[in-house]
Amino acid sequence: MTTLTEPPKETFRLSMLIYDTRYRSLTIQVVALIGFLVLIGWLINNTMTNLETLGKEPNFRFLWEPAGYDINQRLLDYTSQSPHIRAAVIGVLNTLVIAVMGCITATIIGVIVGVLRLSKNWIVSRLMAVYVETFRNVPVLLWIVFTMAILIETLPAPRAFRGDNATASMLLDNSVAITNRGVYIPEPLFSRGLGDIPVFWGTFEISLDLMAVIAVLIAGFYASKRIRMRADSIQEATGERPTVWYQRIAAVVVPLGVLLYALGFYLGYPELKGFNFTGGTYLRNSLIALWLALSLYTAAFIAEIVRAGILAVSHGQTEAAAALGIRPNRIMRLVVLPQAMRVIIPPLISNYLNLTKNSSLAIAVGYMDITGTLMGITLNQTGRELETVLLGMLIYLTISLSISTVMNWYNNRLKLVER
Amino acid sequence: MKKSVFLGALTVAGIAAGGASAGTLDDVVARGTLNCGVTTGLVGFAAPDANGVWDGFDVGICRAVAAAVLGDSQAVEFIPTTGKTRFTALASGEIDMLARNTTWTFSRDVDLKFEFVGVNYYDGQGFMVPAELGVTSAKDLDGATVCIQTGTTTELNLADFFRANGISYEPVPIETNAEAQQQYLAGACDVYTTDASGLAATRATFEDPGAHVVLPEIISKEPLGPLVRHGDNEWGDVVRWTLNALISAEELGVTSANIGEMSMEAGNNPEINRLLGTEGNLGEMLGLSADWAKNAIAAGGNYGELFEGNIGENTPVGLSRGLNAQWTDGGLLYTPPFR
Repeated sequence: MTTLTEPPKETFRLSMLIYDTRYRSLTIQVVALIGFLVLIGWLINNTMTNLETLGKEPNFRFLWEPAGYDINQRLLDYTSQSPHIRAAVIGVLNTLVIAVMGCITATIIGVIVGVLRLSKNWIVSRLMAVYVETFRNVPVLLWIVFTMAILIETLPAPRAFRGDNATASMLLDNSVAITNRGVYIPEPLFSRGLGDIPVFWGTFEISLDLMAVIAVLIAGFYASKRIRMRADSIQEATGERPTVWYQRIAAVVVPLGVLLYALGFYLGYPELKGFNFTGGTYLRNSLIALWLALSLYTAAFIAEIVRAGILAVSHGQTEAAAALGIRPNRIMRLVVLPQAMRVIIPPLISNYLNLTKNSSLAIAVGYMDITGTLMGITLNQTGRELETVLLGMLIYLTISLSISTVMNWYNNRLKLVER
Repeated sequence: MKKSVFLGALTVAGIAAGGASAGTLDDVVARGTLNCGVTTGLVGFAAPDANGVWDGFDVGICRAVAAAVLGDSQAVEFIPTTGKTRFTALASGEIDMLARNTTWTFSRDVDLKFEFVGVNYYDGQGFMVPAELGVTSAKDLDGATVCIQTGTTTELNLADFFRANGISYEPVPIETNAEAQQQYLAGACDVYTTDASGLAATRATFEDPGAHVVLPEIISKEPLGPLVRHGDNEWGDVVRWTLNALISAEELGVTSANIGEMSMEAGNNPEINRLLGTEGNLGEMLGLSADWAKNAIAAGGNYGELFEGNIGENTPVGLSRGLNAQWTDGGLLYTPPFR
């Protein structure tokens, strides 16, 4: 006779939620989640109740009322009668302009400084160390204000250019004026331009001239690439490379020249008229100060990242490349930097994000970015703190996440392909 | 990430809104000091002196309210605010009242939920330019670069003025009066525009005030006055009637010199008696002591004394009374009776 001993059937008891390790972590997580949701609910409820008591229920209708104020730097048409939402768009574009200009300049300066800091030349590497340490260790707001103060105090006012015994004069054959209000440079103009076409139901216009130039440039570069590929295949087939550099340059330059001639291209020079220079492209000193300060500040961080990236590449790589007879600057360009990029890109992304977010300090020099327009003047004139700040956060979030996405895509392309 | 951003915003808003509760008078008495929002520094109106003690016309209003409520004109915490931060500071309860050249407008009163208690200076927006430019009228300013404090009504008036006259300008937005002064003096802008009183005050601090002219055009009405949060009527009444007491005192000839004598016993002018608390119970109605107005006037003198001492013709600011004279002298100052 066999005795079948069944294991005692375990019944679920409530105390097991705490004492049984199988359930305990789940219990804790559920309790924490409930607590978190209650906290959020309380905050939202509290905010809504208090705003209602103040008689300020959140609503976004103010965005379609006339803004009433003027903005100096605007990439789209804007007058004081435009709605607040358009002022916000102008602000976003100004933020993007400074972010793009800043990221490009900071990367260029950062890479050069980072490489030079590893230089065997003692003076050069020390100088770069001094630059990196001074810029990294002083708050960026001070650099912005300091740069602006230098621009305002040291450069001549436009009225110094006037009269027979002017104390200041324009540079480069009267084409560039550097004043304490900003820099005026010649602007490209077309005497037989194609005009603009309205898009998005006339909310803004796109210059057909610009489109044409871009199209011709893209076509030119594509043709140039095809010529190079043909040269490559000839070289592979015959072992002899045809000289094509003049063809490649011509493929870009000739069509562009023809197009510019057809459109009646000429340069509009700045000219002192009345209180200010008129004509030409006007780079305001608020833009220049912010751009310089942000680029130099962020470049110091990027320089350190680049240095770390280069040092992360095994010295054996350099020696191996040298043993193959590659010259030092080509070793850097072809062997070391491509490998260092894998270390450099991730921290570089966060520095781009920092630069973009730091650009919200623009109001210190009166640069009208999104913080200055939507979260500054609009907030002040309409008194809609919650709405404008939430909207502003959403915009910064979108910009930052877009930068991350693009850079992550680039990072994935560069990543070591592992099998 | 998204969640934490929202959470942060809501926390800020929740706390801000939570602070704006009723009962400011009780809060001030319990705290023992008055939190008064002023400018970051405008000579004559509100600026710290060499010893760090705040002084000026707007500061005088704060001190009068502190004297009326707490009996001590020194029991004031001055909180400097910029054109941008002032309303948030008031709405969030960081300050109890704002005395900072703030223009009384419909939208601020109605939409921003504030309560303007009166007008302590009738002003208008003007332009200042260097004399060497030879500009005589604001209509000659086509193409000029204009420095302007951002977040103020002047910004909107400026846009309207240039649009109405069909002329162009280049706005240079700045945060504080000090920055405006720096940019203007360096020639980074041709024109500085703000309230005419502010222009006079700023010009007074220049090395060579004679080299700058204030243009004749006044392009707007700017009634400047102290304000409190909407919805706390008791506190609004206290600030309103303290201001009225200062103005009435001038009209009735009560000055800081003769107030001791006048408040000793009831005189033969019943309105003065009611004002100074020797007759009737006006102080009690406000929830203050009977000598509230006496304390307020004794703190810095009546309206006329505050004006002459801080921004009048014998001070560097050098403003004439103009619209700010008593109605009996052809000005606009006219208070309801103390009855």
